[in-house]
Amino acid sequence: MLSERIAAALANPVVVVLGGIYGLLVVATLVIYRWVNASSPADQAELQDRIKSWWVMVTLFSLAVLLHRSVAIICFGLLSFMALKEYLSLIPTRRVDRQLLLWAYLAILLQYLWVGMGWYGMFLIFIPIYVFLFLPMRMVLMGETQGFLNAIGTLHWGLMLTVYAISHLSYLLMLPRTGNPVTGGAGLLVYLVVLTEGNDIAQYITGKLWGQHQILPKISPSKTRAGLGGGIVITTGLSVALAPWLTPFTLLPTLGMGLLLSLMGFIGDVTISALKRDLGIKDSGTLIPGHGGILDRIDSLTYTAPLFFHITVYCYYRGQLL
Amino acid sequence: MSRLWKFLFFLLVARGIVFLIGWRIHHRYRLPRSGPAILVANHNSHLDTLILMSLFPLSQVHHLRPVADQHYFLEQNRCLAWFSRQVLDIIPVPRHRSEGAGDRNSDSAYCGHRAFLKNCEAALHQNQIVIFYPEGTRGQPEALTPFNSGVAHLAKHHPQVPLIPIFLQGLGKVLPKGEFLLVPFLCQIVIGNPLYWSGNKPDFLKELTDQIQALSREADIPIWE
Repeated sequence: MLSERIAAALANPVVVVLGGIYGLLVVATLVIYRWVNASSPADQAELQDRIKSWWVMVTLFSLAVLLHRSVAIICFGLLSFMALKEYLSLIPTRRVDRQLLLWAYLAILLQYLWVGMGWYGMFLIFIPIYVFLFLPMRMVLMGETQGFLNAIGTLHWGLMLTVYAISHLSYLLMLPRTGNPVTGGAGLLVYLVVLTEGNDIAQYITGKLWGQHQILPKISPSKTRAGLGGGIVITTGLSVALAPWLTPFTLLPTLGMGLLLSLMGFIGDVTISALKRDLGIKDSGTLIPGHGGILDRIDSLTYTAPLFFHITVYCYYRGQLL
Repeated sequence: MSRLWKFLFFLLVARGIVFLIGWRIHHRYRLPRSGPAILVANHNSHLDTLILMSLFPLSQVHHLRPVADQHYFLEQNRCLAWFSRQVLDIIPVPRHRSEGAGDRNSDSAYCGHRAFLKNCEAALHQNQIVIFYPEGTRGQPEALTPFNSGVAHLAKHHPQVPLIPIFLQGLGKVLPKGEFLLVPFLCQIVIGNPLYWSGNKPDFLKELTDQIQALSREADIPIWE
């Protein structure tokens, strides 16, 4: 009985890929503790914190994906909540809008409710239409015009990034199996997250090893041409390796997707960097040791998740959702 | 019995509120492991006490004694009085301990003040940790008002007890004075190095104020206007 269940789990490519990620984590942990000698003890400690945090994040992600679809949707809702809270705590806000922000938090609950219901149309338009129209109305009714444009602009941009974009991750789990018969939405989700986060790591490592020429020195001093190139090569390679297991993509779309995720992950990363630069801070928080805050970790996903979702839906689920 | 209520409240309710708000602690290692000690913080919200008490492990929570206004917490509302005594285990401080001669003129206020100092002394003798807000009241959200001298009195009577200055940021946005709706924002807690009585009241108050202002510069404080 038990052996049958183990055999069934091992036949699921999602479980195999997650197992492979754990294998990589073991190797990375050994390398960091045994062979890497960072230039300073502080760098070494940061590297160790980073890998420890990866163990926690990979475990939370694996549990969310494998346990039940509703567990995963609730987890992504919590992720959006923590990200929006971090964002609203970093940016300048107005005293008069204090209670209005509760409506923005309520939007998280509703957005993930539409996801859980599988109400695709509402999921698509709720934040860009209804929340977009409601929040300024509520703000105007407070009667304070000083700083109005800043307040509504920053609030809506934050909602789009931390709630709308991130909720696309969870809607992948609601996609019907027709477009991806073997692993369904869970396979697409794992593919997207592994590639996006893998790209971040590949950029970081190749940038550290060979990076010399900065791409955007005004925004992020650690982004180099070698890092971007290394990210593209490794991510596209990873994409080719994983796509047959997890996705319906043939070779050409796989290459295109690897390239797209790598470039757009980079853009998401530097967008949040620009926000931090503007606010004069280095990290968005301290919640994830070695990484910074939630926004520092999900920055790439804010670009890759909606793009991957809509391109995949357009190519493989056309006419099946609405 | 009080210990049980306190334990349950901090296990079930306080943890939930801390998760909802979220915090960022600077220099956590500077917190005292055990009493006697006096935590001195700026005061902007009812949540200040809950957050400061949640910084300590549950096994320590019954050693924590927040100083709180006797009239507001004990004499207005029975439920609040029960909560203040059984769960928070406050040390009541009488109203109008204002500067100078004002309280000396009134005998009852003077007696109340002496009783308060005695209670603090008893708490410190039992190795407890007293939480003190020298601004006296929560005041305008996210603004520091001048400290009153009660804390200097306390320090003078206990020159061997460390005072830990703490700067709290953000809780005045989460739940300001006079508001009932809690709006989640991350708060920051900046913990300072211990201070001891310096022998002179004005100098001591100035040192304490300077310390807390220096701590406030370590936090990232976004504009809130």
